[in-house]
Amino acid sequence: MVVLIDYGVGNLFSLRSSFAAIGEAAEVSSDPETIRRAERIILPGVGAFGDAAEKLRRTGLDRVVQEEAACGKPLMGICLGMQLLFEKSFEYGEHAGLGLLKGEIRPIAERIPAGLKIPQMGWNALKIVRPSPILKYTQDGEYVYFVHSYSAVKCEDSLLASTEYGADLTACVGRGNVFGCQFHPEKSGDVGLKILKAFCETGVDA
Amino acid sequence: MITKRIIPCLDVKNGRVVKGVNFLNLGDVASPVDLARFYSANGADELVFYDITASAEGRALFTDILTEAARSVFIPLTVGGGINTTDDFDRVLKCGADKVSVNSGAIRDPSLVGKAARLYGDQCVVLSVDVKRVDGVFRIFAKGGRENTGMEAIEWIRRCVGDGAGEVVVNSMDTDGVRQGFDLELLEQVCAAVKVPVIASGGAGKIEDFITLFQTLPGVDAGLAASIFHFCEVRIPELKEAMRRQGIPARIVQTESETGGKKHAEP
Repeated sequence: MVVLIDYGVGNLFSLRSSFAAIGEAAEVSSDPETIRRAERIILPGVGAFGDAAEKLRRTGLDRVVQEEAACGKPLMGICLGMQLLFEKSFEYGEHAGLGLLKGEIRPIAERIPAGLKIPQMGWNALKIVRPSPILKYTQDGEYVYFVHSYSAVKCEDSLLASTEYGADLTACVGRGNVFGCQFHPEKSGDVGLKILKAFCETGVDA
Repeated sequence: MITKRIIPCLDVKNGRVVKGVNFLNLGDVASPVDLARFYSANGADELVFYDITASAEGRALFTDILTEAARSVFIPLTVGGGINTTDDFDRVLKCGADKVSVNSGAIRDPSLVGKAARLYGDQCVVLSVDVKRVDGVFRIFAKGGRENTGMEAIEWIRRCVGDGAGEVVVNSMDTDGVRQGFDLELLEQVCAAVKVPVIASGGAGKIEDFITLFQTLPGVDAGLAASIFHFCEVRIPELKEAMRRQGIPARIVQTESETGGKKHAEP
């Protein structure tokens, strides 16, 4: 069973539907025991980093996620949930993340030419940097759907795929059992569903 | 490189797609859910569901349909029509909408865009405008284009984007239905006024109209249309191929089957 962590950040309807579409049992929960019992964890999220990090801390779910990840349980962060996996973010101040991956979150405005729209909103191609169990069904150049104004930097040791938006932006990361997608796999058609499917197979054949 | 989006719009009334009949190759398809699945499999980058029902029963039916579509279509869904309060945002977001489009609701309550942006984020709030030239000035029309508000269009759009609208759908009443191409003059002014994504609507009659749109105005992010897609006068895979040939970035999806086995063509 996959647990989708519900910590009051964003709407989990589509994510739950996409697991149903690939035939995987998924439960939405904020209960630490349910999260500990699950085989895999999805950390979703939209909105501001500081607010989301605070909600995770206040509910104690930050430690649950950190402990479960340390035990080797497959974990995937999506969009803001991916950003939370890193050490810190500079979105409206400086905020600590979960520190499961090395790197930090910076405004894309610092890296892309002026004139490009922010957020990056729409379909962009993945440039695969290194193979990973979660990209086993994904081909270089396939398109996924992004909505973001910040992106992970200094994360070379976990970078799996980038996307070109005036500069190479971090699209997909993974190290050991911890994975993250800046884009929305649940909104990226079949390409996205295959990434979720591959995540559900991690630890089985990886 | 980010692609230009192609967005079919489904006007839904009493649970059926308006103008959705006689769909080529699919027979008589007026089911919004079937049509949404078809478009998703054929390379639509996003879908707009527009609720043009007036009755409470129709509204409930619409949310049921939206829920069913969101369960089986995994591309972004924007919902519009009858969005007057943040409760309306809540209602459609819970049914699987990713973005919510406001038009007359924002005119009636100019604080709606700001309130919704604070609650759900800018990326969730789409400003939709119906614009018509009146004595040479672009004016905002309300109530489905029936009422001239007297507001100057570019000023209104700029204000709503300042309040937090994360995207603008610009529907030109002057070109809508004429099928002679998008309203490039209006769209150019909107692109110059705001930095958020701009979606062009109204006037597309053939593939070349989209090519002209994206080549003339690089600031336009997406093209939206309804009946030309419903009647297969423009097929999305052919449109995307034509865009690619002209050097316009487009996401191409192969369509051998409805489920599985699909691969994207190499860029």
